[in-house]
Amino acid sequence: MLSIRDLHAQIGARKILKGVNLAVRPGEVHAIMGPNGSGKSTLASVLAGREGYEVTRGTVEYLGRDLLAMEPEDRARAGVFLAFQYPVEIPGVNNAYLLKAALNAVRKQRGESELDAFDFLSMVRDKMKLMQMDESFLSRGVNEGFSGGEKKRNEILQMAVLEPKLAVLDETDSGLDIDALRVVSNGVNSLRSGERAIVLVTHYQRLLDYIEPDYVHVLSDGRILKSGDRSLALELEKRGYDWVRQEAQVA
Amino acid sequence: MSTKQQDLDAIVGQKYQHGFVTDIDSDTLPPGLDEDVIRLVSRKKGEPQFMLDWRLKAYRHWLGMKEPDWAHVRIAPIDYQSISYYSAPRRKDGPKSLEEVDPKLLATYEKLGVPLHERARLAGVAVDAVFDSVSVATTFKEKLAKAGVIFCPFSDAVRNHPELIEKYLGSVVPYTDNFFATLNSAVFTDGSFVYVPKGVRCPMELSTYFRINAANTGQFERTLIIADEGSHVSYLEGCTAPMRDENQLHAAVVELVALADANIKYSTVQNWYPGDEEGRGGIYNFVTKRGECRGASSRISWTQVETGSAITWKYPSCVLTGENSVGEFYSVALANHYQQADTGTKMIHIGRNTRSTIVSKGISAGRGQNTYRGLVKILPSAEGARNYTQCDSLLMGDRCGAHTFPYMEIRNPSAVVEHEATTSKIADDQLFYCRSRGISEEDAVNMIVNGFCKAVFKELPMEFAVEAQNLLSVSLEGAVG
Repeated sequence: MLSIRDLHAQIGARKILKGVNLAVRPGEVHAIMGPNGSGKSTLASVLAGREGYEVTRGTVEYLGRDLLAMEPEDRARAGVFLAFQYPVEIPGVNNAYLLKAALNAVRKQRGESELDAFDFLSMVRDKMKLMQMDESFLSRGVNEGFSGGEKKRNEILQMAVLEPKLAVLDETDSGLDIDALRVVSNGVNSLRSGERAIVLVTHYQRLLDYIEPDYVHVLSDGRILKSGDRSLALELEKRGYDWVRQEAQVA
Repeated sequence: MSTKQQDLDAIVGQKYQHGFVTDIDSDTLPPGLDEDVIRLVSRKKGEPQFMLDWRLKAYRHWLGMKEPDWAHVRIAPIDYQSISYYSAPRRKDGPKSLEEVDPKLLATYEKLGVPLHERARLAGVAVDAVFDSVSVATTFKEKLAKAGVIFCPFSDAVRNHPELIEKYLGSVVPYTDNFFATLNSAVFTDGSFVYVPKGVRCPMELSTYFRINAANTGQFERTLIIADEGSHVSYLEGCTAPMRDENQLHAAVVELVALADANIKYSTVQNWYPGDEEGRGGIYNFVTKRGECRGASSRISWTQVETGSAITWKYPSCVLTGENSVGEFYSVALANHYQQADTGTKMIHIGRNTRSTIVSKGISAGRGQNTYRGLVKILPSAEGARNYTQCDSLLMGDRCGAHTFPYMEIRNPSAVVEHEATTSKIADDQLFYCRSRGISEEDAVNMIVNGFCKAVFKELPMEFAVEAQNLLSVSLEGAVG
């Protein structure tokens, strides 16, 4: 469903992605790991269409479409979802309002009718239980005054409501204590399905104890240096990233 | 008619024989202002002597005044002799039908959901009759009369309730107040008058149904609202649809008087023509609005949404004379394209334990300049006074400006005055966040701006709040991206 070929991207003159190749099929969970500054978050941002990144070479094909040519909102409506590393606060805009507007935009694209307030609420309430979120979240401003953990849970709630085909989770585990990590992971696991692909961007192996990936990739200096299965992540935890880089240099 | 009055008429009549218009019933006086013009205006309106005397006092005072220059606005010089000071129901030179009206304007009405018959009036199409609104208005007038509420055009009140006018007119905004208020006192054309008797809760919002009637009051509008002891009234002014007007200068005066335990809520949605995208044309809106909480435990609340005009210069204020009285000011002001807004409030605390709240939200986009200017003044007599002020500015793009000038004058040590101010930009992060959830850029901007204004919108009567939200979205179209 997602096919990244030789992707090069930069911010200003600074080259960050230097030829990323990745193929993701429906139902798969991919983990992209790597040291700080390796380009993980840039890859997530480029996929979601954030401004400020210039793609200088390569292609990204999503369900047969040229993803890079699409506006961010069109990508979302086509089923791409980015869980932010740092979700922004939007004061005064209530959470339920944003969620409903987003859901209806996505449903419209799918050719479904808009949900009325009643159906919307009962659906959201179910999903909130899963994320162990209090109903008061709905009437609060978007991420306004949320703790780090609450923001991350809120991201996964949005994912649960929007039911994307491809979810990219950018450092969703960062800043979470162990209880919150469990809740967030349960949420993500419940959304695993044969039609949905998930790309986890993470620094630590810890997350992968809870969300077991099918593939693990090491991104370093803008390139995927090594791919493997779950055992690669465990090895990385033991040995760090340096040996992967050395191996790549030798090869 | 007194002999003196007849003499006056003779003089007035004579002078105009040589000039431009002789027919006294004709629509418009030729441009120019002198005492004779004021006499003629007053006579045309059938005003009592005291009214004319008051106008003349104001005019003589005005001659010695200078235009203020302290507001943070750039303004082309105004030629007061080029204005016509009387213009009876207009107008024959406007477009003859909607087909002749600028399609852009019509598209805006469409988006705002303005009823068809209103569109013609707003666009300045010369219509002969007011449609079905007449009967609606009549029904409401009966209901108001039953409650004892007087709600009528200002000129009717001058003729039918001269004792109230004489007692209250100029008692909050004296004719000497400021350049534009003084000019208004001399030449005001019409406006609204409201009197709510003791203990009466006005049975309806004085609003929508009357907007049709209240229109065409000209550029020097005068409004006076009196809430007698223990009464309540909510007054809605303005219209969300952009109003075209060939008069560039608008200098209105609004006076509110709240007696003991009375409550006045005054809401404005103002959308005068702001000029085109290049800043050409557009209305100068120089308004003096002031309310006095004259009695103990009274309350005056101003809520305004200002999106129109090329230049807005407006400070709805509260004089808190009565003990325990409360003044409130909630404002959203938008400056887009080349618009300039200099607005805010004054809270003058005189009585003991008086309280005031100021919430101001300024939005600047395009090359718009938005200024908040506010004064909180606590007099020595205002033991235990409190004020809370919150001023927030939102910037869109990097060519606009936001300015805040809060003045405080505290002359009683027991006063508690708080001021909070923030300036933020609509962050690209916020926009991207919404878009990455499938929300279009335009909807995202509206969502963020409406969130920013929420604290003010919730003070507006429900239906007005919805209109105000739509209005903001339409006014901000194309502000981003």
